[in-house]
Amino acid sequence: MAETTETDHVPLINLRSVTKTYGRGTAAMQALRGVDIAIEAGEFIAVMGPSGSGKSTCMNILGCLDTPTSGNYLFKGVEVGALSRDQRALLRRQYLGFVFQGFNLLNRTTALENVELPLMYRGDPLRTRHQLARTALDAVGLTGWEGHTPGELSGGQQQRVAIARAIVTRPALLFADEPTGSLDSSRSREIMEILTTLNREQGITIVMVTHEADMARYASRTIHFRDGLVVPEHETDHKGGH
Amino acid sequence: MFWNAVILALREIRRNVLRSFLTILGIVIGVAAVIVMVTLGDGATAQVTQQIASLGSNLLMVTPGKRMGPGQNVGAAPFTVEDAESLRRDIPQLAAVAPMASKSMSAIYGNANWSTQIAGSSNSYFEVRNWKTRTGRLFSDSELRSGAAICVIGGTVRSKLFGNQDPIGANIRLQNISCQVVGLLESKGQSTMGSDQDDVIIIPLRTFQRRIAGNQDVNIIQVSVRDGVSTARIQQDIERLLRERRHLSASDENNFNVMDMKEITAMLTSTTKIMTALLSAVGAVSLLVGGIGIMNIMLVSVTERTREIGIRLAIGAFEREVLMQFLVEAAVLSSFGGLVGITLALLSSVLLASLLKVPFIFNAPIVAVAFLFSGAVGLVFGYFPARKAAQLDPIEALRYE
Ligand SMILES: Nc1ncnc2c1ncn2[C@@H]1O[C@H](COP(=O)(O)OP(=O)(O)OP(=O)(O)O)[C@@H](O)[C@H]1O
Ligand SMILES: [Mg+2]
Repeated sequence: MAETTETDHVPLINLRSVTKTYGRGTAAMQALRGVDIAIEAGEFIAVMGPSGSGKSTCMNILGCLDTPTSGNYLFKGVEVGALSRDQRALLRRQYLGFVFQGFNLLNRTTALENVELPLMYRGDPLRTRHQLARTALDAVGLTGWEGHTPGELSGGQQQRVAIARAIVTRPALLFADEPTGSLDSSRSREIMEILTTLNREQGITIVMVTHEADMARYASRTIHFRDGLVVPEHETDHKGGH
Repeated sequence: MFWNAVILALREIRRNVLRSFLTILGIVIGVAAVIVMVTLGDGATAQVTQQIASLGSNLLMVTPGKRMGPGQNVGAAPFTVEDAESLRRDIPQLAAVAPMASKSMSAIYGNANWSTQIAGSSNSYFEVRNWKTRTGRLFSDSELRSGAAICVIGGTVRSKLFGNQDPIGANIRLQNISCQVVGLLESKGQSTMGSDQDDVIIIPLRTFQRRIAGNQDVNIIQVSVRDGVSTARIQQDIERLLRERRHLSASDENNFNVMDMKEITAMLTSTTKIMTALLSAVGAVSLLVGGIGIMNIMLVSVTERTREIGIRLAIGAFEREVLMQFLVEAAVLSSFGGLVGITLALLSSVLLASLLKVPFIFNAPIVAVAFLFSGAVGLVFGYFPARKAAQLDPIEALRYE
């Protein structure tokens, strides 16, 4: 993936004056008010900002779960706003992995089955599914926990299952919304080590929302949000650069 | 995609065994009701048919009246003994001709009193019905001619009036006549439409006409056709002869009926058919209610599993895949109800058939139809909830709590 960025000037992700308004009339709430972001393949981005500043809203748009109210979102040069629901689903299947805010694993379903889920929708046969899911669980250090349901796992373990599920399809792009939000600092560091390894060794582009500056330090670049806008880089003193 | 959906559905059902069972109860009852009714109806029909066949396929019944069954004189004159006489004389292919008149009344012996059917006929009656005496004898020619006060009784009348005593030679009272029992008939058993064939007293026709009815009427003529002769041909001969005797002109409709076994069977089984149809309709309504039950639970389930649906959609499931998942779940659930219903129906049919003394007849088509129908109920009533699930917005669904 790194070699394509050398020759290709189209960024992996390109947001141009994107706005998002929830509700309408007097109840209308503008969560994004003209966001421009470009992300190249291979980057590890941290997204920071106060609560309610529009981070999750932006992630949903980047992740093709939602479409902008106005502006353009180009993924690999393709206008996402013009795609149908199923076409966006196909995009998510093929290129994207998600670690949602608050795990979002299927209850009463084993770790292995949770991780297999995206492979099932991709149409992999059962044997391939088992194999890939085990490999992904190994990668996050959960060998031997395949048969456990979320209820039988600790918070850190659940988060690692969520990461395994997000990377099992070997996505080009991984979104993580506060992956360490509910974990103590040593657990958080383990998760960050896993993400860093994925970024460096598998070349997966990562976009991660976090509240903690400690976690943002693992990233190659930080994007700050405030009131539905991206804070320009020169206004953020010590962060960023690569 | 389909098999994945089936596996998911089975997993989901296994997780909620009790709820799943309650959900399908309506379908179970509906399917079971329909199958039990049809099976018992088939059994009853088969029994009637078989009993009528045991009378002999060469039997014809001639009754006065238009179209309707025996005993319904719709403005038509009864027959006379002479009508029966001329049938026997002019149609040589007839093996036996039995004119008959009957009435229900009480028979009294000592302190015992039993309400039964009194029939006046000749020995030909026993021949036509292929009925023999167990003890005693039939009527002699002179007794028939003179109208003697004698009778031949069926097994039920014997046990009601005499218990285990020997009835031969005893006198029973019918209305104002004292009648000597000369013969006891073999038992024919429970019969056609639940009536007891053995619950009968037969006396000479002349005795009946003179001392009970007080007229010369013959209400029914039963005839049997010689072996190897077509009943259809004879039916026509009888009609021609009787039209002549009853002075009907070419334009007049018959004011009597000549029924063969097929027609008698159809007449006797029509009631069974109506009952079966009615009760099957009840079963169908129950299936409908069952379907609504499934829709209700599926809607609850979709709401409960909003988060799960959100996850699936976010991960990349297509709308149609989520639709398929819930549709298959509803169909698997209701087909399962169908299977349970079928099992239950077959077990209770066997039991009820033996209780009601009708044969158990396995009706494969109705079982297949019931099964397919139960699956279809799931598809139809599962569609709305499934579509609701498929059309959820993934972000909203993930935020749902
Ligand atoms: N589905 C929605 N309907 C209405 N308003 C919404 C919706 N989603 C988000 N909002 C509003 O948009 C604004 C931005 O929300 P968003 O979830 O993007 O914030 P955030 O930066 O992720 O906050 P946090 O750090 O608390 O997760 C908030 O004011 C929120 O109330
Ligand atoms: Mg958020």
